Amino acid sequence: MATATTFGTVLRELRQNRVAAVGLGITTFVLLAIAIGPSLSPYDPSMMDFTAILQPPSWAHPFGTNSFGMDVLTRVLYGARNSLLISIVGVVLGGGLGTLIGMTSAYVGRWFDAIAMRFVDLVFSFPIFVLALMLMLVLGFGVQNVIVAIAIVYIPNFARLARNTTMIVKSEPYVQAAQVMGQSRIRIMVREILPNIAAPLFVQFTVGLAFAIIIEAGLSFLGLGVQPPTPSLGVMMADGKDYFHRGPWVLTLTGLALMVTILGLNLLGDGLRDLLDPRLRRRSAA
Amino acid sequence: MWEEGATFAASCMAMVEKAAPVDKNTPLLSVRDLLVRFKLRDGLSAALSRGPTYLKAVDEVSFDIGRGEVLGLVGESGSGKTTIGKAILRLYEPQSGSIVVNGVDITRMGDRALKRYRRDLQMVFQDPLSSLNPRHTVRTSLRTPLLLHKICPPSEVEKRIDEALTRSGLSPVFKARYPHELSGGQLQRVAIARALTMSPGLVVADEPVSKLDVSVRAQILNLFKDLQTKFGISIIFITHDLRVARYLCHRIGVMYFGKLVEIAPVEELFTAPKHPYTKALLGTVGAEGESLDGAQVAGEAFNPAADTTGCRYYARCPMRVDRCKTAHPPMETIKSGHDIACYEWRRS
Repeated sequence: MATATTFGTVLRELRQNRVAAVGLGITTFVLLAIAIGPSLSPYDPSMMDFTAILQPPSWAHPFGTNSFGMDVLTRVLYGARNSLLISIVGVVLGGGLGTLIGMTSAYVGRWFDAIAMRFVDLVFSFPIFVLALMLMLVLGFGVQNVIVAIAIVYIPNFARLARNTTMIVKSEPYVQAAQVMGQSRIRIMVREILPNIAAPLFVQFTVGLAFAIIIEAGLSFLGLGVQPPTPSLGVMMADGKDYFHRGPWVLTLTGLALMVTILGLNLLGDGLRDLLDPRLRRRSAA
Repeated sequence: MWEEGATFAASCMAMVEKAAPVDKNTPLLSVRDLLVRFKLRDGLSAALSRGPTYLKAVDEVSFDIGRGEVLGLVGESGSGKTTIGKAILRLYEPQSGSIVVNGVDITRMGDRALKRYRRDLQMVFQDPLSSLNPRHTVRTSLRTPLLLHKICPPSEVEKRIDEALTRSGLSPVFKARYPHELSGGQLQRVAIARALTMSPGLVVADEPVSKLDVSVRAQILNLFKDLQTKFGISIIFITHDLRVARYLCHRIGVMYFGKLVEIAPVEELFTAPKHPYTKALLGTVGAEGESLDGAQVAGEAFNPAADTTGCRYYARCPMRVDRCKTAHPPMETIKSGHDIACYEWRRS
């Protein structure tokens, strides 16, 4: 039964799934690095040192320095922290709204379903990056608006996923039992249905986070997102691109950090999805 | 509200002393001309063809159930037994007809007004595992109705949960368990305990033993029998197993493709069935009564999606006459408590 997948069973099987385990390892490493890293670094992310401009990687500066003599590793840690925070807030917002729309759509049905789902189809029909670009032009640049853009881009995914899983769960006898008990619709949605569709939503969140980081980096790289001097992976790559031939490490190593972060999240998401896919699961006793 | 609950508990205790009598004169529940239909074709395909097609899952069914009475609903799968049960609980919206509980029609009631009546009507489902939320412990599942309907003060909730479990034959230690940690029989006991926490007047039991091991079936059946004798709870017992129906029920209603064709006191139905379908059913399963699983009634089956005006049993009926083809026979009382929908029953 696909709907009865608990986080407990997922965590247990996570250890046996190599892809998910590697993803979890990388993601944990990245999270630890951006949580503790900045406080361990002897440098300030915006401290300029004109005696050490464009230094190649060394023991003092493992990722080298940029054209202002700032330590790239320190900036990568701060930048990744910003990028990740922006993405998390964006995906949580979009995921929350999308889940709300999707669950209501499936549970209330009728006209609400028809209208909400057509709106979702409309947003879904745009290529994600084009939509994000367009939203930035409409909303204006800056951190807040990157978050809003990511949230809007993610509403359709979560709305569809929540709608479909709610459709399956709402016909389960325990939801009918809750109805017979006289529980209100809102209570049934929050207490009976939501816990049973949380696992696939969580997978979507993990995968969505990886792509949200790319959106943030892309927008910032084009100068539409986070504005310098605030460090963000996109801002730093845009900066590094300008003097790539003199200091290739700035762009390369920042990009590598971005890639590792996304790789970790994607592997984790893929692994979790495999674990939750009923076709790939061994059938549990009925 | 709490006092009310407490008095009810006291009256339950009183009932234990002097086994509840069956009161057939004042019906607890009256179902009249209940019609439940499902759309077979919807949306675009309906617009492109001649409009939506309906399946009449329950077609103008009427019956009463008295206080403390156990009414069996039997029939082949697809005959609409479960749909009736769920329509009574408003899990399906009836198209027309009335469902009167304690003198009040609940068919057109809004959610809020309905909540008061929810306490009186409870359900036990076929599959006990899926009728309990896999993410909730037994305690949470049982606590929810108590708190929701303010059946007892919060300080007494734990005591009430223990009581409900004990009454269903389970130890209170099961409170902390999750559904997947329990066996089918234990789960069904939890589901029954949950229904009992509401002190309902009527419990709809939808094939509550068909998914259980044979070894625990008898125990659960006896538990249902206890509910009736000790607490005077009325039960609508939906089953395809005639032996079970005979053991437990006072009266039995026989369904055939959405129509109630015969309803009679249990011994009368088994010894002197009048409707040709009931006879065929009893004939195929033997006088002792066995399961309907795999039972074959001779002749071509009725197509439930076809909108016929005649008797639905026409194609298979050995006693059919011409007018059976044009009009469905109305329900007719042939003896007190024995109703039948057949033009030709006297010939038998």
